[in-house]
Amino acid sequence: MIAELGGFLGLLALVLALSQGALGLVGGHRDDARLSAAAAAAAQACAVALLVSFAALIALFVRSDFSVAVVANNSHTFKPLIYKIAGVWGNHEGSMLLWCLISATFGAMMANLRGGISQGVWSRAVGIQGLVTAAALAYTLFLSSPFARLDPAPLQGGDLNPLLQDPALAIHPPMLYLGYVGMSAPFSLALGALIAGQVDQGWARAVRPWALAAWTFLTIGIALGSYWAYYELGWGGWWFWDPVENASFMPWLAAAALLHSAIVTERRGSLASWTILLAILAFGLALLGTFLVRSGVLTSVHAFAVDPRRGVAVLTMLAVALGAGLALYAWRAPSLARPAGFVAVSRDGALLANNLGLAVATGTVLVGTLYPLLVDAISNEIISVGPPYFNATFGPLMAAMFVILPFAPFLTWRKGDAAYAARQLWLAGAVAVAGLVAVALLWKGAFWVSIGVGLGLWLIVGAFTYVWKRWGQGGARTPARLLALPLAVWAMSLAHAGLGVMTIGAVAETGFRSEKSVRLAPGESTDFAGRTVKLLSVDQIEGPNYYGDRARLDVSLPGKAPQRAAPERRLYPAAGSGTSEVAILSDWTGDYYIALGEPSRTDGGQAGWTVRLYKNPLVHLIFVGALMMALGGVCAMTGLARARRRAPAPEPAAQGGAPQPVAAE
Amino acid sequence: MIAALALAAVLPLADPAEERRAQDLEREIRCVVCENEPISQSTADIATDMRNLVRERIKAGDSDDQIRTFFADRYGDFVLLRPRMDASTIALWGAPVALLLLGAGLIVMVRRQSAGATLEPDVRDGDR
Repeated sequence: MIAELGGFLGLLALVLALSQGALGLVGGHRDDARLSAAAAAAAQACAVALLVSFAALIALFVRSDFSVAVVANNSHTFKPLIYKIAGVWGNHEGSMLLWCLISATFGAMMANLRGGISQGVWSRAVGIQGLVTAAALAYTLFLSSPFARLDPAPLQGGDLNPLLQDPALAIHPPMLYLGYVGMSAPFSLALGALIAGQVDQGWARAVRPWALAAWTFLTIGIALGSYWAYYELGWGGWWFWDPVENASFMPWLAAAALLHSAIVTERRGSLASWTILLAILAFGLALLGTFLVRSGVLTSVHAFAVDPRRGVAVLTMLAVALGAGLALYAWRAPSLARPAGFVAVSRDGALLANNLGLAVATGTVLVGTLYPLLVDAISNEIISVGPPYFNATFGPLMAAMFVILPFAPFLTWRKGDAAYAARQLWLAGAVAVAGLVAVALLWKGAFWVSIGVGLGLWLIVGAFTYVWKRWGQGGARTPARLLALPLAVWAMSLAHAGLGVMTIGAVAETGFRSEKSVRLAPGESTDFAGRTVKLLSVDQIEGPNYYGDRARLDVSLPGKAPQRAAPERRLYPAAGSGTSEVAILSDWTGDYYIALGEPSRTDGGQAGWTVRLYKNPLVHLIFVGALMMALGGVCAMTGLARARRRAPAPEPAAQGGAPQPVAAE
Repeated sequence: MIAALALAAVLPLADPAEERRAQDLEREIRCVVCENEPISQSTADIATDMRNLVRERIKAGDSDDQIRTFFADRYGDFVLLRPRMDASTIALWGAPVALLLLGAGLIVMVRRQSAGATLEPDVRDGDR
């Protein structure tokens, strides 16, 4: 019954989403407030219907109802409750239903929060969002229904992939989907504005919170995935430029570009055309990400051929969304052209440079990710594009952007003073050069690391120099005045400093990591990275749905009491695969990372175990940096919400004329 | 208990500089049986063999490029996570530069059309 209820509510939501689309578009076109209000009501009803439908799917997983195919394939009665629930989105069908639920929820929120945009744009945007939900829902219900029954029902389920039975990975997909699908809101607003022919500062103001929210969720989602890969995959890596990683990274880069260009459009009215284009492309990249991950085309082009209907359907959605978006854009773009109204050295100019850099970065990741598919299609040759390519191209581009970044906040809009900004940043420059020289001298040959450390320090000190300046503006630097600084200042500084922190972690880890693989019999020890590692014993263990081996090791610095480490190897018999639970000893210098490998014979012929040891210097800075960026996003959203409550109407256009001081947000 | 005893160990090279080179190369040579993993992380037997092969080539005095070519000749360009620069990858390696030039060119073009007015700073946010 529950499955049928879920399926029925899904169909109901599809009808509601379609009516939301029709009512919203027609209501906007006829300027009929009653139709628009009906569209808003449909959006809310659609979200509620999907929420209940999704709850039904959760209930099926919790009850281990193996008469439902998705549950039978992805769950197991012995699995802990949290992973039964996480299993709902740990598979294709369930995660697509989550996609639809999020899209509908954003539609309902958009219907509730009109913001500063006109009735016509708002109504059409709600309508477009309804069509996005409807398309995803049609795909989910007809091509990958999570409620399909299985007859006869098996007695036991196939279990969730054990690699996914992990707290970080339980919340990683919802975060990522909130980010992916979050990009549909700027897309709907962009299309709504293009159809209505009203792209103004109020529109940019309405787009910003959505772009920020999507970017923040993507940041958290990607960081969780990266952290998970670090401790779960057992080789100490945190980013491999894997196509699946790139699929989430491209929308992130585009969203970062969008949230910067929307600031320019809101404040100055310029770049409107580019902001619109970015909103369309960012959602296109989010759909592409869904396609790449969901079609299986990346693992192998041949996997795609096994069930091409799904891939073709997502590709069709992508083509329709991008096609409609770009056609509308081509139609309206000429009327969006405005005089740039700023010189190169200005806040506007710096943000334009940011957008150029992020756009090229996105394009590079896109080319690198799709190139093997292209070469295979053209010449049947199989090539790989891996980390060396991305590091060689992406690295210098980011470095160039990071050099410019700290200047931007010190430049005024329209026309800035580079010499003034440089004088303000003397301390950041000095710290950066000192750090660069120190690393270059202490570790000879670590050229790239020294550049990265220098740039990271430049970003961190630069960001806090701006806070310091704003703190001292118009009064003494009292604690009360520090706390009273606009949240926008904190948001920007936190995010940019976080980027610096992450950069230092990333280059230090990449440049200075070391590893050692040894075979140890119980009682034997080995020296690595300044510590002695002694294998005490390896014991058999048993968990709720797995069994395996746990090693006990003593890790000691010379002259200190040993620390105990207990890495495990687990086998999940229901899923027929295993995981490696590593032991990580952290201190401020980084992680000492121990993975238990296969049983083997030592050189002395004794029965022993392979133990893999890694020293990952400063690796925690990567995740701290990502957390700072996400916090920056949260601060920015809170700041926008507060400013909106204070001044609901958008600012008047500021094109030319005398400079007019405007109160800080 | 779980797997059969592994066949051969990867022995570190005596010279730390050579060991460093070996580890760097192992990170950019792709395991042929795994799903997008370099041989440095893979626990597959063939990856172990390939790692030992890298070390043999280094001991024999091969340069990094010679070792890459050695693997590409044996297993195809597929194993090179650092794609070679040749006719089929010219668009790949050229893409970032081309995109950058294209973007910068577009910006210059658009700005030319709208140049002219003298501009004063627009002071906001309490900047300066």
